[in-house]
Amino acid sequence: MTTEKQQETVELLLNMGPQHPATHGVFRMVLWIDGERVVDVEPHIGYLHRGSEKLCEGESYAQIVTLFDRLDYIANFNNELVVCRAAEKLMGVEVPERAQYIRVILCELNRIASHLLFYGTYGLDAGAMTPVLYAFRERERIQNLFEAVSGARMMHNFFRIGGVNEDVPPDFGQRVRRIMGELRRGMEECDRLLSFNEIFLSRTRGIGAIDAETAIDYGLTGPNLRACGVPYDVRKDDPYEVYDRLEFDVPVAEHGDCWDRYWLRVQEMYQSLHIVEQCLEQMPEGPVMAQLRRIARPPKGEVFVHCENPRGDLGVYLVSDGGPKPYRVKVRPPSFCSLMPLKHLMRGCYVADCVVILGSIDIVLGEVDR
Amino acid sequence: MATDRGQGGAGEVRQPQAERAAGHGGPQAPAQPLDAMGQATLALLQRSLGPYVVESGGSFDQPVVQVRPKDIVEVCRICKEREALDFNLLHCLSVVDYEEHLQVVYHLYSLRLKHKAVLKVDVPSDDPTVPTVTPIWRGADWYEREGHDLFGVVFEGHPNLAPLLLYEGFEGYPGRKSFPFHDYQEW
Amino acid sequence: MIGREVALAAAGLVALFVGLSVVVLSLVWLERKFLGRLQGRIGPMRVGPFGLLQPVADAVKLILKEDVVPAWADKGLFWIAPILMFVPSFMVWVTIPFSRDLVIRNLDMGLFYFIAVSVVSVVGLVMAGWSSASKYAILGGLRSAAQLVSYEIPVIMAVLGVVMLAGSMNLLTVVDKQASVPYILVQPLGLAVFLIAGVAEVGRTPFDIYPAESEIVGGPFVEYSGAHWAIFFLAEYINTFVVALLVTLLFLGGWQWPHLPGVWAPVVVLVKTYLVVMVIFWFRATFPRLRIDQLMAFGWQVLIPLSFVNIVLTGIQLYYRWPSWSLSLMSLGIILAMAYWQYRTQTAPAQALARSYSQRAYSQRRGA
Repeated sequence: MTTEKQQETVELLLNMGPQHPATHGVFRMVLWIDGERVVDVEPHIGYLHRGSEKLCEGESYAQIVTLFDRLDYIANFNNELVVCRAAEKLMGVEVPERAQYIRVILCELNRIASHLLFYGTYGLDAGAMTPVLYAFRERERIQNLFEAVSGARMMHNFFRIGGVNEDVPPDFGQRVRRIMGELRRGMEECDRLLSFNEIFLSRTRGIGAIDAETAIDYGLTGPNLRACGVPYDVRKDDPYEVYDRLEFDVPVAEHGDCWDRYWLRVQEMYQSLHIVEQCLEQMPEGPVMAQLRRIARPPKGEVFVHCENPRGDLGVYLVSDGGPKPYRVKVRPPSFCSLMPLKHLMRGCYVADCVVILGSIDIVLGEVDR
Repeated sequence: MATDRGQGGAGEVRQPQAERAAGHGGPQAPAQPLDAMGQATLALLQRSLGPYVVESGGSFDQPVVQVRPKDIVEVCRICKEREALDFNLLHCLSVVDYEEHLQVVYHLYSLRLKHKAVLKVDVPSDDPTVPTVTPIWRGADWYEREGHDLFGVVFEGHPNLAPLLLYEGFEGYPGRKSFPFHDYQEW
Repeated sequence: MIGREVALAAAGLVALFVGLSVVVLSLVWLERKFLGRLQGRIGPMRVGPFGLLQPVADAVKLILKEDVVPAWADKGLFWIAPILMFVPSFMVWVTIPFSRDLVIRNLDMGLFYFIAVSVVSVVGLVMAGWSSASKYAILGGLRSAAQLVSYEIPVIMAVLGVVMLAGSMNLLTVVDKQASVPYILVQPLGLAVFLIAGVAEVGRTPFDIYPAESEIVGGPFVEYSGAHWAIFFLAEYINTFVVALLVTLLFLGGWQWPHLPGVWAPVVVLVKTYLVVMVIFWFRATFPRLRIDQLMAFGWQVLIPLSFVNIVLTGIQLYYRWPSWSLSLMSLGIILAMAYWQYRTQTAPAQALARSYSQRAYSQRRGA
């Protein structure tokens, strides 16, 4: 391939990934570059394809929760929630209120943890070294709490169809309140460190911009879509669990560039804290598990349930044939959609921008490849 | 869900599994009928899509409309462009294997009107061909590649149906029920 | 006589090599510890007290590691490149004084020699990039060529400002002239330009464009391992130290410290240098990385004009024999103006944008 220029220059094919420090897992993109400019990009996924959807067909409903843990391994609770909700909706199960509040608290804390990880790795992508360490310090508090609640730091397998596995420890509220103060301070510190740093601003503002129409066309959701100015949040538009009883804002930006996406996520963390605070106040006593038979057997039918994952609108299409195992499970992974407009985002940018753009759409390869 | 032919077929074919699990049923509520919003959307869909509708129904908040494969592009175009429908987000595109046929399911969502719809297309297993909807939603691109990858559905007119999740030269369609899952030896 | 001189020079070189090794090891330790503290961790603790032996362990590991040469590499160049980078950073030391007497060879054109020699290291980088037979390395090599050549100019110009003030290119004279007032007070603009350009010269954050780890995975060094990589590493740290040392000598008054006997001169120099080095490490803990085009734009559109402004201001002050504080004021004014301009064009708009976003947050509830 040659471009028409005075000297005949040749485009360089640069293979980035699947082993590359900035591809967030095993993502590979093939870049055609002209000097430092990216002419074209071809994303390749599938290096982490474990056939989770197919595996679900061979597991009972209770067992597929563990598989969902491993989709978006940074926001495990959010993933567990969506599959539990799908089965509950199909079975017509009413989840006890306390369980719903516990779920929302854990999901929102998980959202903070996920966004903190984004914050840290995004700093790394932009070449700043400290944010990741600050972010992990804060994230650690949340992980410790998760460990106290579920017994695991990742892959919690805590949510059950009909509720949660067990009630939270007695000092849960106290612990959450304590870490929330620490988290808020830590998040503000992170915010101050990076958000308005001049170099960071010049690296991210106006880079990788996408307009609302194109974003919707590609199926972008979550912070990536809201950064373009589209106020779409499943928690507001199609409320699930107890979100309709909670007061919170959904930050919306305008330009859809890297900085907007970054800023939105930082703001969402504060909103999540706000949600958790309210949940703690409202949380009633009571059972945490609906009365169900041991083996869930949803009736014949199908359902599509979606929830707001930290990365966007995570959906599950669940087809049941009335047996103890799902007939077909199809996941709608938000990161999968976020990766699709990569060509659109990256064409014409610099090689260094590729990393910043890829970081800003915040993908998790476990979810993309399933 | 009585309206869905696919479901019925699947139940018959998968008898052995159903038998094995018999007797362990939980307290099952019947599949929910459509809610009010879903019914309104369904009526709207029936009016707008008129002749294309083969069957319609739905459950929960999701009206389901079954159409013929050759009509799908036109139906999707109407769904997206008709002001009253305005399904601008292709929520999900899945392929379900009901053994005697494959079903391509399009989950649509309207960001403005906040309503949902499900379009279904049945294609024969031995020659699964559906026109692509990538010209309507660019987001269908990878879903269709995935469907081609795992189920062998050919989305006609798709710009690039190269393997997405599987590697080049992978034999067979691992998403299908007929894929020899336990006989498959790679290592 | 000649034999004695050669022996002395040889002894000096050996001492220098040992000294430099110690300096590099101490820098590695200091960087890891200092960065750790800045980042809310404690840094290495396991090897020796306070992790003091960690750099030694690192060095042993690096030397014992297999030295992999890629099959397609241009082997000759691949082997020479680290040496070409290392030798100039070593040669520079010949003329650098630690006190009035502690200098291997005091040259009248010492600063000129320093600049002339330090430019050579770019050749090593480009060679490393080219010979590695890796696209990442080539990108890094090209980036380093562009970066080092561009930032050489502001370094030279900032040094010229000092030379004008001191009236000499001899480092001893430059330091002696700062006996009363160090040049940092006279020429803060010169210091700013020199420090920024110097950091860019050694490719440290925020100018680590050519080794950019998250983009081109180490740039020219990507294919190097073991001892060869260690030599690059050594050269990089020596260069960082040289920049800090020059800042000390040119702007911070070298070994001058009020009411301290001359015996302490090397200690004073070292303390000042390590403080400057820590500032450079501090940059690393704070800033993200610039992009190559921004780096070039900053170099050519901001730093080079500023370094010329510095020279012009110095010239005006010298010609009209204005008091030296007038130069300080002018310099400071320009620095403040630049900072304000940066704030107005970058930070303020972003903050305004963030405020406007906060106001349009989406809080409507469905059905409520």
